[in-house]
Amino acid sequence: MAVSSKTIVRVEDLHKRYGAEEVLKGVSFTVRQGEALAIIGPSGTGKSTLLRCINRLTEPDRGRIWLEDIEITSPHTDINKIRQQIGFVFQDFNLFAHLTALDNVRLGLLKVKKLSKKEATERAMHELARVGLADQAHKYPAQLSGGQQQRVSIARALAMDPKLMLFDEPTSALDPELIGEVLQVMQQLAEEGMTMIVVTHEMGFARSVCDEVIFMEKGVIVEQGPPEQVFLHPQQPRTQQFLSKISELYGGTNL
Amino acid sequence: MSIESLKLLGDWDIWKQLLEGMLVTVELTVSLLGVGLVLGVIVALGQVYGPRPIAMLMSAYERFFRAMPILVLLIVLNYGIAFAADIYNVSWLRLPTFAVAVMAFGLHSSAYQSQIFRGAILAIKPGQLLAARALGMTRLQTMRYIVLPQALRLAIPGWSNEYSGVLKDTSFVFAIGVTELTRKGWQIIQNTREVFLVFIVIALIYLLLTYLGTWLLELAERFWGVPGLTGQRREEHGRVI
Ligand SMILES: Nc1ncnc2c1ncn2[C@@H]1O[C@H](COP(=O)(O)OP(=O)(O)OP(=O)(O)O)[C@@H](O)[C@H]1O
Ligand SMILES: [Mg+2]
Repeated sequence: MAVSSKTIVRVEDLHKRYGAEEVLKGVSFTVRQGEALAIIGPSGTGKSTLLRCINRLTEPDRGRIWLEDIEITSPHTDINKIRQQIGFVFQDFNLFAHLTALDNVRLGLLKVKKLSKKEATERAMHELARVGLADQAHKYPAQLSGGQQQRVSIARALAMDPKLMLFDEPTSALDPELIGEVLQVMQQLAEEGMTMIVVTHEMGFARSVCDEVIFMEKGVIVEQGPPEQVFLHPQQPRTQQFLSKISELYGGTNL
Repeated sequence: MSIESLKLLGDWDIWKQLLEGMLVTVELTVSLLGVGLVLGVIVALGQVYGPRPIAMLMSAYERFFRAMPILVLLIVLNYGIAFAADIYNVSWLRLPTFAVAVMAFGLHSSAYQSQIFRGAILAIKPGQLLAARALGMTRLQTMRYIVLPQALRLAIPGWSNEYSGVLKDTSFVFAIGVTELTRKGWQIIQNTREVFLVFIVIALIYLLLTYLGTWLLELAERFWGVPGLTGQRREEHGRVI
């Protein structure tokens, strides 16, 4: 968990509205190399929107975002080039239904990175082994459990050699007994020094694995700091209310 | 029809004629489905992913050709092309009637096929498209590697329906002078007066062609089948109900 001083992502005054509803009202933060940042907050506060703005799956209305020294939000940036360097893991996995686990991981390598079939296969198998699924490589998504599907989707993102990984509630669609295997893979990633932003309701994970926590509500950052501070000594009353509600909902398993 | 008439079935010349007609029917059906497939996929992609003007243009195309009776389309196209060839004196426009038939039927079928593909495309969960774009794929790559392989698989049952429909519609080509199976039958009847017998044989040939075609498509569905996406559903449904 060695966090360097080098900035990987910088988000500056990000705004986004859907119709009359302003979902992001000026969000700014930076993430340094090797840092794991957790974003927590109630439903509908714009966490997913924020994450999607970072690789421009959603176009922000205003504000700027940099990946290292390239401005993602500049109209001159080739967004497909940027997206290759940012892994995205979705709440509902979004594996390609017509491809095996191996082909899911291999597709980007073959068609986007234009690797040879041999290189792509080796790399894909390496990533599947990394998430503990080398023996499931030839199964189709429908033949895998939710936890396995999510690990394949993590392998698919990792295969592209990203500088940054974005996780949007990666365990929210999983049965409780499957959450652990996914969190474990993510923890291992964080320990290996991957830079990551994780939107999550898993407070235990945010607290023990992440270096920094952002509490967001209604499109703004309410509180930000290292996990000990945000979880044990929250400065804002809203943060305290949210945390006590969460621990009520999720019971005692989270800390 | 009498026992006497059954002797006709021993006449090889009649079988030869029917076989010739059947071949024309099959060639026409396969060609028109091919033309309709290519155009239908383009129309469907345009309707779903095209910018508004393109999507509207594709919808207008689809409505127009679905509205046209195939007989009208055949005659107008045949007449129109010959007329244009005469007026502008372009010899390559003097198409054989078979080619005109493929065009007319192909356009007609493409309108129907486009709706089969549009339905199949919209059955794909959009999350997969997001995942593809998040990997850095372009829009075209996403269509090529994610949408089409799934949509084509999902379209096979609807396509099988289209096949059995157009197979029989091809008999309309008599209107522009192409002789296929049904037309051959009429010609044989004119010489033999065996209406009933000849049409029973023709009906059986259509039955056979329908069986064969839909069976091949079922094989294709199984061959390209993917657990959770295609096939298997029958067993899954069976287990529940
Ligand atoms: N494509 C869209 N069109 C219109 N409104 C949208 C769209 N996407 C999100 N919204 C709205 O924006 C707000 C923020 O949504 P977002 O998904 O970013 O919240 P979230 O914090 O991720 O919530 P959750 O914890 O439920 O995932 C919500 O009110 C949502 O209804
Ligand atoms: Mg969300």
